[in-house]
Amino acid sequence: MAQIEIKNVAKRFGTYQALHDINLTIQDQEFMVLLGASGCGKTTLLRIIAGLETATTGEVSIGGRRVDHLAPKDRGIAMVFQNYAVFPHLTVFENIGFGLRMQKLPNDEVKDRVERTAELMHIEQLLKRYSGELSGGQRQRVAVARALAMEPDVILMDEPLSNLDALLRMEMRAELKGVLATSNTTAIYVTHDQVEAMSMADRISVMHQGEIVQAASPIEVYRNPAAEFVAGFIGNPPMNFLPAAPAGDGKWTVAGQVMDGPRSGKPLKFAIRPEDMRPADEGLTATAKVVEPLGAHLLITCEVQGSMFRAVLDSDMSVNPGDQLTLAPQPDRMRWFDPDTTLAVA
Amino acid sequence: MTAVTTDAVTTDTRRAGRWVYGSAVVLLCAWVIVPLYFLLINTLSAPDTVNSFPKPFIPEFDLGSLTFFANFAGMLTALKNSILVAGLTMIMSIVIGAPAGYALSRFDFRGKELFRLLILLTRAFPLPLLALPLAVMFIQTGLDDTVFGLALVHTTLAIPFAVLITFALFSGIPLELEEAAWTLGCTRLTAFSKVVLPLILPGITASAIFAFVISWNEVFAAAVLTIENRTLTAFLLQNLDTSPLHLKFAGGFILVVPALIFIFAVRKYLFAMWGIANR
Repeated sequence: MAQIEIKNVAKRFGTYQALHDINLTIQDQEFMVLLGASGCGKTTLLRIIAGLETATTGEVSIGGRRVDHLAPKDRGIAMVFQNYAVFPHLTVFENIGFGLRMQKLPNDEVKDRVERTAELMHIEQLLKRYSGELSGGQRQRVAVARALAMEPDVILMDEPLSNLDALLRMEMRAELKGVLATSNTTAIYVTHDQVEAMSMADRISVMHQGEIVQAASPIEVYRNPAAEFVAGFIGNPPMNFLPAAPAGDGKWTVAGQVMDGPRSGKPLKFAIRPEDMRPADEGLTATAKVVEPLGAHLLITCEVQGSMFRAVLDSDMSVNPGDQLTLAPQPDRMRWFDPDTTLAVA
Repeated sequence: MTAVTTDAVTTDTRRAGRWVYGSAVVLLCAWVIVPLYFLLINTLSAPDTVNSFPKPFIPEFDLGSLTFFANFAGMLTALKNSILVAGLTMIMSIVIGAPAGYALSRFDFRGKELFRLLILLTRAFPLPLLALPLAVMFIQTGLDDTVFGLALVHTTLAIPFAVLITFALFSGIPLELEEAAWTLGCTRLTAFSKVVLPLILPGITASAIFAFVISWNEVFAAAVLTIENRTLTAFLLQNLDTSPLHLKFAGGFILVVPALIFIFAVRKYLFAMWGIANR
């Protein structure tokens, strides 16, 4: 059992507040992704859990045991680094077996576990090589194997795929997910790549400026963003926003159209995903500016009352720049945000 | 037509440039190598032909001078002292300098820049200025005329280089490697000995050899601070006016050769210290 509990963790570097009061519980065997732009504090949070960084205030527990005063080696964790950190003076075999040797396991058990994890990561033919003789993808496999061989309660990964090329990244993504699903470890995975986050995570924590804005399942984060930042960060292209003026009793005027929305007295922001609109007789009036055929879809960048607006439509539609479109948002996919707090309003 | 002329001109300039470059290289090399070559020829000449002129281009390979050198009273003791002092200097400057280099590369602390500057400043005081007070202090503490006392002085001379070379070495090892070791069950100490040390060992060796050479070549402190236990440099200096010419040549040769070989062996790391990539 390795549930991770993070209570009121904050981190300051000099005068810079890197993390504000983080509270997060990660369930046993959960795959948690920390997602955010660079500088949002996700790596700092991971390093605090690993023990490579000390929190200024707050508590970290792993499996019900306070660990904030413990050295990394005593926390029952293993980590995969962004730049692999494969030891250049050791063979792949000794790299994978490094942690086991530190635990002073007998030789045949080390050999057994190294070979087993190497097989799992498909690098059994590389065991005698040095890291200088490996490609980036192979080094990453060694780094993951080295962490898995420890059979840790928790495996921490800091952008492990970001140095690989696009094709390899996709392949490793699926493989990593498969391997971790069978390993019974709790995983925390830091990335800035939302596709990686969506495809691998059980739950995503979206981070922004040192805070967790939303922690929920990928589909929940996508469908029901808790804040404007999440709506604008997740999804490619991201959500569209338009100002909405109250028209009384749950009615709102958005770009001249009256729509049903939450009951609230003050002006809100209306939001809709580009793919959640259909051409119709009645709806938002948009002027197409740029039309990009993407094969399966048409990505249309248009203007609605002076605001930029994107729509993804079926590719058999014929749309030219300058055309007037009438787009009807799907009622159950419309979202509303409070412009002052930037939080979602139901 | 025009194109052809321009081509001809550029070829000419390029050829001239190559000539200047070539002659500069030859001149600089000659500046260093010719005296060394004469040293070699004279050392390998019979004692009675040392003064002859012109010199043969090929050395005679007569070991008379070297044999005489080896049999000269006190010479072998001086050689032994030199090796002892240089060895001690080597060990002490690494033991003290490497941790300082590690601290400089891995930790941020107040006054780090000042510390780096101060390390270099230790070389700003001319040794003659320090020699007299040092000699007095050494006599008071009983360190005068001992191998250890001289090694202490040489260590202060070698430490700035040891710190700067090891600083460059440690900075070349990504912190991630150490962090990976910590997460895999290492303490700071075991991570250092199992990961960092094997990676920088060649560089540390180079830095040690450099300290050895600094001590090996040092003559002033050695001459002032020792009387009975002279090192080779001090001993040769002492006998400069009384010893025969072939002895000086042999002594010079014995002094120069190890220094040259060692510096040649560690040149890569010296360039690293000065921030020049050696490709």
